[in-house]
Amino acid sequence: MELEDLRTRLRAVSRKPDNLRRVLRWETGLVVVVIAVAILGSSLSSEFFTANNFFNLTLNNGEIAIMALPMTLIIISGEIDLSVESTLGMSSALLGVLYLHKLPMILIFVIVAVVGALAGAVNGLLVTRVGLPSLAVTIGTLALYRGIALILLGPKTVANFPATYTNVGVEAIPHTDLSWSMGIFIVLAVIFGIVLHATPYGRSVYAMGDNAEAALYAGIRVKRIKTSLFVISGLASALAGVLFTFRLNTAVQDNGTGLSLDVVAIVLLAGVSIFGGKGSIAGVFLAVLAFAGLQNALLLTNFNQEATGLVTGGLLLVSVFVPNAAMFVRYIRGVASRAARRTPEPALSLPRKDT
Amino acid sequence: MRALLRRAPLAASSLVVASVLAVAACSSGGSSGSSGSSSSSGSGSSGSSAKSGLKVFVIPKNLGNPYFTTADSKGTGGAIAAIDSLGDTGTETSGNAATSASQIPAIQAAITKGANALVVSATDPTALCPTLNGAIKRKITVVTYDSDAPGCRSLFINQASTAAIGTSEVDLLAKEIGDSGEIGIVSAAASATNQNAWIGYMKQELAKYPKMKLVATVYGNDDPATATQVTQGLLEQYPNIKGIISPTTVGILAAAGVLDSAKYRGKVQLTGLGTPDSMKKYVSDGTVKAFELWNPANLGYLAGYAAADIAGGSLKVKQGASFKAGKLGSFTIGADNTVLLGPPTVFSSANINNFNF
Repeated sequence: MELEDLRTRLRAVSRKPDNLRRVLRWETGLVVVVIAVAILGSSLSSEFFTANNFFNLTLNNGEIAIMALPMTLIIISGEIDLSVESTLGMSSALLGVLYLHKLPMILIFVIVAVVGALAGAVNGLLVTRVGLPSLAVTIGTLALYRGIALILLGPKTVANFPATYTNVGVEAIPHTDLSWSMGIFIVLAVIFGIVLHATPYGRSVYAMGDNAEAALYAGIRVKRIKTSLFVISGLASALAGVLFTFRLNTAVQDNGTGLSLDVVAIVLLAGVSIFGGKGSIAGVFLAVLAFAGLQNALLLTNFNQEATGLVTGGLLLVSVFVPNAAMFVRYIRGVASRAARRTPEPALSLPRKDT
Repeated sequence: MRALLRRAPLAASSLVVASVLAVAACSSGGSSGSSGSSSSSGSGSSGSSAKSGLKVFVIPKNLGNPYFTTADSKGTGGAIAAIDSLGDTGTETSGNAATSASQIPAIQAAITKGANALVVSATDPTALCPTLNGAIKRKITVVTYDSDAPGCRSLFINQASTAAIGTSEVDLLAKEIGDSGEIGIVSAAASATNQNAWIGYMKQELAKYPKMKLVATVYGNDDPATATQVTQGLLEQYPNIKGIISPTTVGILAAAGVLDSAKYRGKVQLTGLGTPDSMKKYVSDGTVKAFELWNPANLGYLAGYAAADIAGGSLKVKQGASFKAGKLGSFTIGADNTVLLGPPTVFSSANINNFNF
């Protein structure tokens, strides 16, 4: 019975075409949204489709976009990392402090990357080895890493970084209107896309998000892979912290406050299921465009800026509600048909109680 | 049913599209007033010698902050009142959080929308500079008010001399606690330019009071909840504390709320910068004896007036130049291209009811 159950679950996990179809449909929807945002933006402001505005749009969202990539993998695996904004802040503070101590820039980058990876490793180990829920762990480290940033830098502001680096906040990549941070995002998105969609590693991320237990019995090293995802998230947040600091030419302990929710919003808008197991990098790419485009369009109009939260929040709710409403109805339907056939079959799409 | 479910994502996207269009409808409705005035001013600009019909964007640290609402609004006689009185169009815009990352997109959007002048309260002295210097390169006038970004503006409207604010608050508190005891500071963001400058002068002034000891500076980030929390923390950590200085309107209000109980009233003194309207309750019940502030509406008015004058070509920024700012009278540009609004006003039970902002 137990084995039978497992086999059914595993078969369902590897039922790729169904997943693929669903994901593609969500992305079709996102393409429609991106086009709608583009039409909206250009109809409300003649400045929307200018090179300069495009540069600003990519500049202001590059760091969020970069952090959204590992967040996508983490949420697909059935976990979450809310500490990314504080890892960003801690990296920024560390960069500032080390720069004040006149360390060579290359060495600073190495130290910041190592600390970022360690921050991620702490999250990952607490989740996988101690067995704590990632929501609780990363809310804890959200406060903890911000605290470390405050200790490192106190009320100080470190500015006047070398222009070679702060140019990331002023200049586009030569021959394009793309900010450096968004350029880095695109390169990383390709890499993350290949890893997630075309490697055994990526497939196991889906499998453990669908059903961690089944994945474990299938021989997937769930704990190790999840830990590695958190480490990657820490590294990406450290990179985002460095870019953020140079863009604003300012290292200060409260850098990046509030960004975690933007990152999660983009990932959910991308069609990644908050319960794990579903999502794609293409969706994330489109969600970044939609999110950045909408915020930018709202800024260009005289739309009441206090209310932009309503728009982005509403977008987030819709993107979480719709797939889960469908999932809920599908579950009811499943129960009904099972009752009719009297053959028990596990409800795969339902949220799991634990990992 | 099945078909409906398969179309869920498309249904979601059409919902999103619908909401986007609804937003578009709202915002175009909201903006009709300003677009109307800008087109009418375009025809009116031909007559006068100094240019009018300019687009001036007022960009406070964040939106929804009563201090900046007073400083910027037309109804209070703030920046937009001054800009409108000169025949130009004033618009207030900013981010929702008082951080440079939130303020910069609003500045960029103002530049993109064809601003002739920006009136900015800088969330950070350096972080805004790449953006503001980009504006200056496009011949946009940049005037800072309330909080300066010294490297990247043509004029700073200083609400009060930094030294006067820092020292006078320490003097006020010293009088209230008899020159001795532990004191704490409830500041705004750790990186706020003006806060740190005032705190610097407070520390200097404290040297005159050897029995007063500054035990901690905490940061409420100009958020009522955070400010309340850090004030409570301060009181718990230092039970012997005698006085608190909060040089921010949000901070002093939150701190007053914490002190407004039998446990602390009269035992812990509070002073700093506050608005009379919000502090009336605490002054009348004895929680707070005295605090001070400049008139933020006058600050905004002066900044808006100067920005419109500079952008219109009737005021050239150089030290010693004088200009008349409507209802406020004459001002002279001082060292570092700074204009001083005037000395702060001390509010106490004697005069607080004469003020309304």
